[in-house]
Amino acid sequence: MAAPAFQETRRGANWLVAGPPLAYLLVFFAAPMLIMVLASLRNPGDFGGLAPVLLEDVAGTHLNLSVESYARLASEFLYTRLFLKSLGYAALATLLCLVIGYPLAVLIARSEKKHRNLLVLLVILPFWSNFLIRIYAWMLLLGPQSGLSQALNSVLNLADIEPVSLLYTPFAVVVALVYVHLPFMVLPLYANLEKHDSALLDAAQDLGANAWQRFWQITFPLSLPGVYAGAALVFIPALGIFAIPDLLGGTQGIMIGNVIKQQFLDTRDWPFGSALSLVLTLAAVGVAGLAAALGRKARA
Amino acid sequence: MTQLELRNLTRRFGEFTAVDGVNLSIESGEFFTLLGPSGCGKTTLLRMIAGFDSPEEGAIMLEGSDMLGVPPERRNLHTVFQSYALFPHLTVAQNIAFPLRMIGTAKTAIARRVDEALVQVSLAGFGRRFPNELSGGQRQRVALARALVNKPKMLLLDEPLAALDAKLRESMQFELMRLQREVGVTFVYVTHDQSEALALSHRIAVMKCGRVEQVGTPAEVYGAPRNRFVADFIGECNLLDAEVWEIEQGKLALKLGEVLAYAAQGQPVSRGDTGVLALRPEQIAIARSIAPSAELNRFSGTVAELLYRGEVTVYAVDLQGGGQMRALVPNSAPGHERSFKAGDVVDISWRIDAGLFLAE
Repeated sequence: MAAPAFQETRRGANWLVAGPPLAYLLVFFAAPMLIMVLASLRNPGDFGGLAPVLLEDVAGTHLNLSVESYARLASEFLYTRLFLKSLGYAALATLLCLVIGYPLAVLIARSEKKHRNLLVLLVILPFWSNFLIRIYAWMLLLGPQSGLSQALNSVLNLADIEPVSLLYTPFAVVVALVYVHLPFMVLPLYANLEKHDSALLDAAQDLGANAWQRFWQITFPLSLPGVYAGAALVFIPALGIFAIPDLLGGTQGIMIGNVIKQQFLDTRDWPFGSALSLVLTLAAVGVAGLAAALGRKARA
Repeated sequence: MTQLELRNLTRRFGEFTAVDGVNLSIESGEFFTLLGPSGCGKTTLLRMIAGFDSPEEGAIMLEGSDMLGVPPERRNLHTVFQSYALFPHLTVAQNIAFPLRMIGTAKTAIARRVDEALVQVSLAGFGRRFPNELSGGQRQRVALARALVNKPKMLLLDEPLAALDAKLRESMQFELMRLQREVGVTFVYVTHDQSEALALSHRIAVMKCGRVEQVGTPAEVYGAPRNRFVADFIGECNLLDAEVWEIEQGKLALKLGEVLAYAAQGQPVSRGDTGVLALRPEQIAIARSIAPSAELNRFSGTVAELLYRGEVTVYAVDLQGGGQMRALVPNSAPGHERSFKAGDVVDISWRIDAGLFLAE
């Protein structure tokens, strides 16, 4: 019975390969998720953190669980509005990344082969410096002393309009969201566009399509899997981000990520923070699922 | 009527001249083939006609107007690419509808003409499939239907059958000829396959190193090649070094090494000219012994090798005066194949007017 023994060995080998990453995901992803689901159903402790699961009082021992956090989330419109606002910022940043990143990806994909790697390197170059430092740089770039602010306000002054602040506004948040996430849009787009067969564009042109028609009828539809992948990679992290609105957003530019951070670090209402996190995670999973489904449809 | 005229067309890539002063005129409704080995400039020529490339010198006149600066999408010449270049995200029907949509044809008219085109290439009912669900031959048909659907002035075909296997290629050859007859559109066909060119074309331009060596009907380029290259490239050919020994009453006496052979006089030549005697293998007879005749060249030789090909056997015969000849003998009836073995002493002969002297 050589064959079953061989099969056994193979199965063993498969587990050997798949086992460690699977264990890693279980310990560091599935388990924390589960802890968070449980935490969202508990009551807050008297001095922050979580109250004990089992409560002892005169009536005896009983389970100390509630859906209070979810009820609060549903009843206070503030949070729904913050969710919608964050979705809006993330969606706007995604759209802007697409509009800016698409021409860039096309340019790289159609440049000479020997230059492409260098251009891709330039796209990911910002990753070589620290994320927070890059955000602080934007504080300088958008601050009242910056050339940009001063130029803008001198123009507004000519038109007799009150000076405006660029920093600590939703504008600053969206600008930084786009700046930080642009490479995540460009790379999947480039990977897709680079594989396009140029004969298809020749054929389209030969069959009477002008440059505009060639783009919208051939290049763009064929790049949809890349568009969906890039959109998911920008939208999901942008949705939950808190450092950018913290540093650049001021009071108007706040996003849901800031509130979650506050619940854990400042207000110390862990159950409510967990509930908010969970809803955010579900929203992100929903978007990722949608992107994957659309991508599959586009490939088919 | 001349539909396309190429005047002194030249295209260089750096030091390399891909197309070198080509003059051609292609008639309306013709099946015209550009034939040549790879790198002879035939594809560059086709790309210039389509508008993807532009010449350094010369002019492309399509129906009397100069095409210089007219982009491919406004020439109304359609190309069938070697890779077919079907749009993978569109169905067969959407692929065929593409050129119609680009010029804003009405939806109902598109649907009708796509159906007609599908019937024309025997793919009725395949409209909703995607290209990756089709076989190679079916993709080829879709590419043809797409290129023909809005009645282009000409159809340009770039080695369209190269990717198909031999059996399918032959049936597609019949299909192409039928389509061309039915739609009446001028076909400009590029191939390196001489048998395909002979089978399909009304006229052939044989190309070498960017130049046109000969233009003519299949019978002309096969039967009366103008030079050694054409004789050698089209079909099989025995080429024997020869020198004009004497010219007598329209007949040439040629010195082949140490022996004399006769050939009909074609191009004007004079005594002492050197060149080759071109003889097709099927023009050579082979037998144990052949009686001398004034109409025949006759030599003795030894069978060196033979190739049994099924329908014919090809004999390589070493001539007594030096040199080797290939003779092609049809296998007329079972039992008569391979009537000679290697080492057999045989006579070979050919009609005096069969051989062609090509001066060099």
